[in-house]
Amino acid sequence: MTYTQLAIFAVVVAVTLDLYVIKTGLLKRKVFWTSYAIIIGFQLLTNWWLTSRNIVMYSPDAILGIRIASAPVEDLLFGFALVLGVLVNWIRLGASNKQR
Amino acid sequence: MIGFTVFGSIWLEFALKVKVLKRYKRAFKAILPVSLIFIAWDAYAIHAGHWSFDNKQILGIFGPFGIPLEEYLFFTVVPLAAILTIEAVRTVKKHWQVYK
Repeated sequence: MTYTQLAIFAVVVAVTLDLYVIKTGLLKRKVFWTSYAIIIGFQLLTNWWLTSRNIVMYSPDAILGIRIASAPVEDLLFGFALVLGVLVNWIRLGASNKQR
Repeated sequence: MIGFTVFGSIWLEFALKVKVLKRYKRAFKAILPVSLIFIAWDAYAIHAGHWSFDNKQILGIFGPFGIPLEEYLFFTVVPLAAILTIEAVRTVKKHWQVYK
């Protein structure tokens, strides 16, 4: 599979977990989108640093070739799935906890 | 860049008293399963040649599956920064619910 396919798959899995499996429903919450807006700003900055200096390089065969802030657009899907996955799990653990 | 992410988010623990680091057990449980999946993805992507690293610009220390140390740190620090961010937003916007 290419990075593009894997990145789309990861987003689908994370969204499915949030909305239908664990049902944290973060995607319906302002608190998630506000946090994500902050995170994506920093992600674009670090992505730009790591890719424009060729610290990380991508195979042209594995990506679409669309780049945002010098990094493949797939990185944004990767980051979204990572952040959503962790936050779903964090909030899930908090739901069964006194100290939310 | 990992240092940047650490310092960019860790102050939230103290300035806003979000108590994420204090809840390190929950943070660990939230991060570990998600990170393991992404590390497996990273291992596959490195071996499939989806992405690669400039050996001159990384420490050159490799962990299991031939993954650079920086990647292991990335999958620890980035999820932690995401949790610190959402907890900071929740601290500032107390009326924004994440639970019903």
